[in-house]
Amino acid sequence: MKRRKEAWTGLLFASPWIVGFGVFLAYPLAASIYLSLCDYSVLRKPVFVGLHNYAEMLHDDVFWQSLVNTAIYAGLAIPVGLAVSISLALLLNTKVRGMRFYRAAIYLPSLVPTVSLAMVGMWMFNGERGLVNQLLKYVGITGPNWMGDVAWSKPALILMALWGVGNTVVIFLAGLQDVPVSLYESASLDGANAWHKTKFVTLPMISPVIQFNLIMGIIGALQIFAEPYIMFPNGAPARSTYFYTMYLFDNAFRYTKMGYACAMGWVLFFIIFALTMLSLKASEKRVHYGGM
Amino acid sequence: MALESIARQKKVFGIVIHVALMAISLLCLLPLLWMLSTSLKPVSETMRQPPVWIPEHPQWHNYWDAFSYNSKTLGYLPFLLYARNTVVLCVLTVSGSVISNAIVAYSFARLRWPGRNVAFALTLATMMVPFPVLMVPVFALFRNLDWIGTYRPLWIPSWFGAAFNIFLLRQFFRTIPFELSEAAKIDGCSEWRIFSQIVLPLSKPALAVVALLSFLATWKDFLGPLIYLFDQKTYTLSLGLQSYQSQEAGTQWHLLMAASTMVVAPVILLFFFAQRYFIQGITFTGIKG
Repeated sequence: MKRRKEAWTGLLFASPWIVGFGVFLAYPLAASIYLSLCDYSVLRKPVFVGLHNYAEMLHDDVFWQSLVNTAIYAGLAIPVGLAVSISLALLLNTKVRGMRFYRAAIYLPSLVPTVSLAMVGMWMFNGERGLVNQLLKYVGITGPNWMGDVAWSKPALILMALWGVGNTVVIFLAGLQDVPVSLYESASLDGANAWHKTKFVTLPMISPVIQFNLIMGIIGALQIFAEPYIMFPNGAPARSTYFYTMYLFDNAFRYTKMGYACAMGWVLFFIIFALTMLSLKASEKRVHYGGM
Repeated sequence: MALESIARQKKVFGIVIHVALMAISLLCLLPLLWMLSTSLKPVSETMRQPPVWIPEHPQWHNYWDAFSYNSKTLGYLPFLLYARNTVVLCVLTVSGSVISNAIVAYSFARLRWPGRNVAFALTLATMMVPFPVLMVPVFALFRNLDWIGTYRPLWIPSWFGAAFNIFLLRQFFRTIPFELSEAAKIDGCSEWRIFSQIVLPLSKPALAVVALLSFLATWKDFLGPLIYLFDQKTYTLSLGLQSYQSQEAGTQWHLLMAASTMVVAPVILLFFFAQRYFIQGITFTGIKG
């Protein structure tokens, strides 16, 4: 009797989410599968076309270009981002004075709202008057036209992503602080130097955190949208910054090819899913779950 | 002798780290400082080479100019309006997500009902779904409800819980001793009273994290307003800033930077007052969960 009452109370408490889950997740998911098989423009009823949308992607040059752009961006931004954030976390984990200031300074940029970030980015990377090129001039380098050169537009975005790495750094830092001091002490007794300790104690001990941040990095980088959308209208120059989600967005809301947009969404989902599984599999032997 | 050299080595090592950290911190703060500096310059100074680091005569009125930009043609001050719109949305989403996620998480953490664990696993699994997959059907749904062009698509969903916040609060609620609930039950407390008068007051730090995260998400959101808002008068700060930029085509850098500064400043101020919760929020996201 009492159990029964608890069950009803439990369902009652969970009811907002049960409704929310159904309306904002389960239904749209199912609808998205169906719409990906349809010709759909929101204005008219969807017309079933089978796998046509998926077949169309194979021959859609812009689709491939956006996919390749995204792959290049992610392939550079993720490893560079991880390397930089681990290094920064290691630096921030040392015991020197003024640490509170350093931590705040490195974390602060990650708080900057995307649109402001994009504005500052456009101003900093401006080819003629941008601060980046002016600073390069001090050391005798003529900076490239970041915003207008096909070869430099993606690097500009990657540098901007690096600036917002503070979140990842804090997660790594928390991981580093969980490494038991005793491990370092016994390593010292065995004659290990700082580099040995980092390589054989620190990195294995934080490997679950590296894996977590790698997966988060994959999910984030493959969905990059707002920064390039604002900084490089229509993926200029020459569509070099036209990324997957931008093309998906344009298909949905500019060309109202909403069925095609759904199909693209599912392809993205499977790419993310496959890469996540791959990174879990690849690191199975290397990730070390110490005390977890 | 050996000890002395070790001590010296340590000292050198410490100095190297200090120098590295100082250089990195400067690099991190430079764009923000440059934004602030540009926002106080007259146009002529923004063009000057080599760059002017500190404006000779700070132009505080740039902020007012950015605020009242377009006010003649539209007949109102858009940035004040955008700020008001954004604050209203933030209040709605923050209260919605704190209330709904706390209630739902309580059910997952401290009440037993059939199917609960399956439902919780499903909840976690939904975090894997990227937004672009849902974008079109959710838009179609709101269109059928005639909500496009209103704020409803941007705040009503937050009153129905979100997987990550449920997860975060559930983990926290489970750390509160169950004996407290048992004792209260023996005294004849209803489940709602246990929730609102025992569990919630003990969970303030976790609730603060949820409030903070949903505030930041709403304040920063660009894609949501871009999809759902069409009338310029309804824009949020993010969307307003972007449309401002696209209209000016990047000439009025001093005004753009003033506007950007106004969008960034509240978040940074908040950081200095609630630093602890920011860090907790991130580490919850990471491994602690």
